[in-house]
Amino acid sequence: MQYKMFLIKYAEIGTKGKNRYVFEEAMCKRMRNRLKPYGEFEVRREYGRIYVEAFSDYDFDDIIKVLKQIFGIVGICPVKVVEDTAYDNISKAVIEYIDEEYKNKTFTFKCHARRNDKNYPKSSMELNCDLGADLLNAFPDLSVDVHNPEVMIEVEVRNVAYIYSKVIPGPGGLPVGTNGKAMALLSGGIDSPVAAYMIAKRGVELEAVYFNAPPYTSERAKQKVIDLAKQVSQYSGVLKLHIVNFTDIQLCIYDNCPHDELTIIMKRYMYKVAEELAMKEDCQCIVTGESIGQVSSQTTQSLLVIDSAIDKIPVFRPCIGMDKQEIIDISEMIGTYETSILPYEDCCTIFVDKHPVTRPKLNQILESEKALTGKIEELYAKAMESVEVVYCR
Amino acid sequence: MECYFDNAATTAVFPEVKDLMVKIMEEDYGNPSSLHMKGVEAERYIKEAASRISKELKCLEKELTFTSGGTESNNLAIIGAAMAKRRQGKHIICSEIEHASVSAPMEFLEKEGYEVTYVGVDEHGRLKLDELKSALREDTILVSTMFVNNEIGVIEPIEEISKVIKDYNENIVFHVDGVQAFGKMRFSPKKLGVDLMSFSGHKIHGPKGSGALYIKDKLLMRPIIYGGGQQNAMRSGTENVPAIAGMGLATELMYKDNEKKMDYIRALKKSFIERVTAFENVFDNSGDAPHVMSISFVGVRSEVMLHALEDKGIYVSAGSACSSNKPHVSNVLKAINLPKERLESTLRFSFCEDNTMEQVDYAVGIIGELLPMLRKYTR
Repeated sequence: MQYKMFLIKYAEIGTKGKNRYVFEEAMCKRMRNRLKPYGEFEVRREYGRIYVEAFSDYDFDDIIKVLKQIFGIVGICPVKVVEDTAYDNISKAVIEYIDEEYKNKTFTFKCHARRNDKNYPKSSMELNCDLGADLLNAFPDLSVDVHNPEVMIEVEVRNVAYIYSKVIPGPGGLPVGTNGKAMALLSGGIDSPVAAYMIAKRGVELEAVYFNAPPYTSERAKQKVIDLAKQVSQYSGVLKLHIVNFTDIQLCIYDNCPHDELTIIMKRYMYKVAEELAMKEDCQCIVTGESIGQVSSQTTQSLLVIDSAIDKIPVFRPCIGMDKQEIIDISEMIGTYETSILPYEDCCTIFVDKHPVTRPKLNQILESEKALTGKIEELYAKAMESVEVVYCR
Repeated sequence: MECYFDNAATTAVFPEVKDLMVKIMEEDYGNPSSLHMKGVEAERYIKEAASRISKELKCLEKELTFTSGGTESNNLAIIGAAMAKRRQGKHIICSEIEHASVSAPMEFLEKEGYEVTYVGVDEHGRLKLDELKSALREDTILVSTMFVNNEIGVIEPIEEISKVIKDYNENIVFHVDGVQAFGKMRFSPKKLGVDLMSFSGHKIHGPKGSGALYIKDKLLMRPIIYGGGQQNAMRSGTENVPAIAGMGLATELMYKDNEKKMDYIRALKKSFIERVTAFENVFDNSGDAPHVMSISFVGVRSEVMLHALEDKGIYVSAGSACSSNKPHVSNVLKAINLPKERLESTLRFSFCEDNTMEQVDYAVGIIGELLPMLRKYTR
């Protein structure tokens, strides 16, 4: 069956009081944009609900895939539309609908009817009873359970009637663009795209930064990060990726600082670059994929020392309390896992010491960094000047 | 300066080949199986290609089956021969340094109940004949070795290998992966005593997606692709006419003045190796093939060196692909017993006749500059 319409359910937006329309409109706008390539659709808000109506043929799987990527949506209900609202017609349509949608007709159900048109000859209660009776006659193996039904059959009578019962879960969250902008650090690993996704899910627009280290990292590693950014952008919308050439800074640190502190000092410089870019691009936060204890630079002591490198912008770490497997589960769900595990060397691993410090002290690190003074400033400025920008969509 | 030194990976198509292929795609696009004129025209291109290649290999036209490339030729040869001979036995022999398109079908056959013996090579990569001799058994049906190794360029003693096999039992099928030898030296499968030999078009300035398998006349073989019965039912599917014609012409062009071309490439190779091994801790692992050089830059991981050269416009291959989370060391380099520090620091350079001494000079200069810098930053 080709559904003519989808009812879009959203939860959290409903609590936004007078700002509610801002959130709804942001979500509708995104839906219109994303649906455009797949056919003619109208997205409209009406009586506190959002509907997507199709005015052309479309592929069901395409539409569901797109809607499942739009934050704010908690459920997508394919709706059967009945033009003629005479009771017999509605009853026939409900029976047809159940016949087509459910292979095994042995479930418990409840009819939940509503009528917008209060002049309709039957009350909501009467509709529930009569439709229930008609269904039981048509499919004798069904049974009614008004408290805990397996299938809730929704019928809404307006100038036309809507029938639906299935809810395809959406991603939840808040519509992108309703909560400012973040600068996400993408390494090419599993965690960073997940972190970026989770922040975008709260309605935050994204930009991203990647630290490239040729010749120690390859063109393919860079392409991999661009691919990851493209996958995240399916959820977050167009993502501006800043590619920073980091080799000279890394080599300068390698030449002048103790090797067991390389990763910490390198990350402090990455944060400095990210902060500067974030300020320039009007972002209010930095996002990273760190999770406590995952590697030596992600102990609480290391995180404290790394965090101290910047002071203008907060660093958000949505994966901080998650186990690796939990992060992997999300990356599989959002489709970044397969790309993340491609075996290209990334900028974080190339100069890793065999025994890096796990409990760095800020004073000690600041002391080590003194050796960089007078050398690294020029390299830092050069790196900032030569940032390459790729728009990922 | 751009230096494409990765000609063992693939080559640029000859302009004449491109022109011929465009003409076929635009004008003579018929299906060779069609009965009308357009079909006959297309069929003529295939015959012409077979004639061009058979002339160089001194074989019969009907002994050539066109495929999609070296990989398919190797698969057809190995699986096809093993299937055809399975009543005589299920034992197969190949060397330790085969290309994946030979070793993977071997693994497939092992899972299907065949037994495979892998014969070792000496420190140059040459097959150990005595080991081969003692591996031969009554139920051995197939031996497969490569002609020129793609990573180090060693030339296997095919004629001697054939003699060892055929002296033991002349019914054993001898397959040779000739992909890296084709177009680089003159030979005839028949004179070498080979029953099956694989070739690829894109290594000799032909198009990708073109290849051929020499199947000795009257040899019992089973196809691996079934369908409309094209190419005497040995390889069904509408023939890729532009690719086949392109490969035919590329073969003819490649073998024109071949000795002169190869002498030229050899001179480049000799000069390159001499100068590059003059740098400290740089070692040469190359065999005698004119176009392949395997060089170890001890102290620099091959991937890093590769990308540093790339940055200067010099394109090469890593003899061993290596990364922090997935160490993968080349079987070939391990089989010739390279020490560990060379395993992870080896690059393959491969020339063709378009390369110049200026490019070699430039590359040697760049390597000289890069080595001290890269050696400073090792993990």
